[in-house]
Amino acid sequence: MGWVNAIIQGILTGGLYALFACGLSLMFGVMKVVNLAHGDLAILGGYIALGVIAITHVPVLWSFLIVVPIMAVLGYVMQRTMIQASLDRSVLTTLLVTFGLSVVIENGLLQFVNADSHSLGVGNSIITKSFSLGSQIQIAYLLVLIFAVAVVVLLGLQYFLSSSRYGRMIRAVADDREAAQLSGVDYRHVFGIAAAIAFGTVALAGIAYGMYSQFAPTTGTDTILLFAFAAVVIGGLGSLWGTLLGGVVLGVAQQIGAQINISYEVLAGYLVLLAVLVFRPQGLTARRAES
Amino acid sequence: MNSPRQGNGTPLLEVRDLTVHHGQLRALDRVSLHVFPGEVYAIIGANGAGKSTLLRTIAGLHQPTEGTILYDGTDMTKARPERRATAGIVMVPEGRRLFGSLTIEENLQVGATYARKGPWTIERVYELFGWMKERRAQRTAQLSGGEQQSVAIGRALVANPRVLLLDELSLGLAPIVVQRIYAMLPQILATGLTVLLVEQDVSQALRVATHLQCLLEGHTTLEGRPSDVTPAQVEAAYFGLAPEGGAGGVRGGGEPFPRGVRGDGSPPEEEQGGSGGDRPPGEESALWAGSTPSSRGS
Repeated sequence: MGWVNAIIQGILTGGLYALFACGLSLMFGVMKVVNLAHGDLAILGGYIALGVIAITHVPVLWSFLIVVPIMAVLGYVMQRTMIQASLDRSVLTTLLVTFGLSVVIENGLLQFVNADSHSLGVGNSIITKSFSLGSQIQIAYLLVLIFAVAVVVLLGLQYFLSSSRYGRMIRAVADDREAAQLSGVDYRHVFGIAAAIAFGTVALAGIAYGMYSQFAPTTGTDTILLFAFAAVVIGGLGSLWGTLLGGVVLGVAQQIGAQINISYEVLAGYLVLLAVLVFRPQGLTARRAES
Repeated sequence: MNSPRQGNGTPLLEVRDLTVHHGQLRALDRVSLHVFPGEVYAIIGANGAGKSTLLRTIAGLHQPTEGTILYDGTDMTKARPERRATAGIVMVPEGRRLFGSLTIEENLQVGATYARKGPWTIERVYELFGWMKERRAQRTAQLSGGEQQSVAIGRALVANPRVLLLDELSLGLAPIVVQRIYAMLPQILATGLTVLLVEQDVSQALRVATHLQCLLEGHTTLEGRPSDVTPAQVEAAYFGLAPEGGAGGVRGGGEPFPRGVRGDGSPPEEEQGGSGGDRPPGEESALWAGSTPSSRGS
């Protein structure tokens, strides 16, 4: 029964990891930017949520309605300024710049907030409770909610990319930026839109993480960025559903590791990552378009 | 065919003394051209002559070190490619450059996103290329070269350009496919477009052009109406041999011909004769296999 429990918990946690990862995957897929500040941005989203809740007293669950737009605007502005400027130099520069951004966010938070852990408590609500399956399996409503949010976000992104005007332009720019310019498409603006979406999803991820666990200024790089990378690499770059699969595989591996010995939890996840890198470096779902 | 140059107004596209560098290499050296409305302006030249660089600079993909690009009286020299495209200068790039993970229809939709007002719609492109409509849901990565070229032309047309830039349409395509694509040109021109094209395939270019300019190592070596130039002149301009004769209205390049082609500076060999312009039609040539441009109606 313990193993079944581990797998169920792993799958549900995978939803959270997919939420971490989809923005990272989108930014790499469209503008070839490996955003090393991704995890710190999630945590920044969590802190913004804390602030928004303290000021406006909105319920924690609905704070995303304010935080996601704030982060999306931040994403657009940062893409059009700092990230675009580094892209114009070289891909390596984007690594250095996002790494610098990561350090700045982390230390800025340490400076202006503090090093304590925070969480986004939902108070006494149904989602803090859990339900039982059989006698040994306890499933938290919160994890189910987060998994559902991840699926909805991925479905929404999929629909947006395949059916909307801007989604089509994002795919076109990812295919051939210069050819898109020749069709009158300002790829910088399209990059900005993609970054806004990525930052929006990362804000959701930060809020979800704050409700699920606790975060401190260093959590972004220590946990979220690494798990997001692992999920993206396991799932396969450039595929949204691969990202969910990668998150789920990572989550299940961690829970199975924890079932063997609680100290193996994180290690087991990275062992799967290593195995994928060795045996199937393109990820579990190969890229759809090979040309 | 009446040349639009007769009684022309102002040029739609004007390039003045354009110099472009690729790093240290001077790819274009003070090249000028005037394209009038309704013309099919062909730029020919060998590999590395700077033809594609010229077209890409006009489209905004390269920044010139010197010179001006005027479009409809507006200075476009510094404008971004997307700004030029929405203003009506649209290029079909060399190598097609379709969005490979998008379907045919999506490629056309992207082309139409910021379209000017005009006669071209996706539906009209489907009429022009009969096969396209029923395969519109296919990814363009799966198409043949000729089909991809057609989609690339369609993607440019739906933007309703005033000047259509065609960069090496024939590259990598079978001759029969090239002919089929060029056969579409009259239908495209009938909607009032102006075409500036670059071609390595000289006979193809001469068949469609109303005006001709030959580049050699970044310089203009010949310019004129195709009916006014002789095969020998074109050949001389193309390969960098000293110009001979010269029909009326044709301006040979003022630039000295580059070294290396005729390094000893000796006078033209006797095969050129004293009057290259009188070269008999049908004579064997590296550029025309048998056919000559003088057989074209003018």
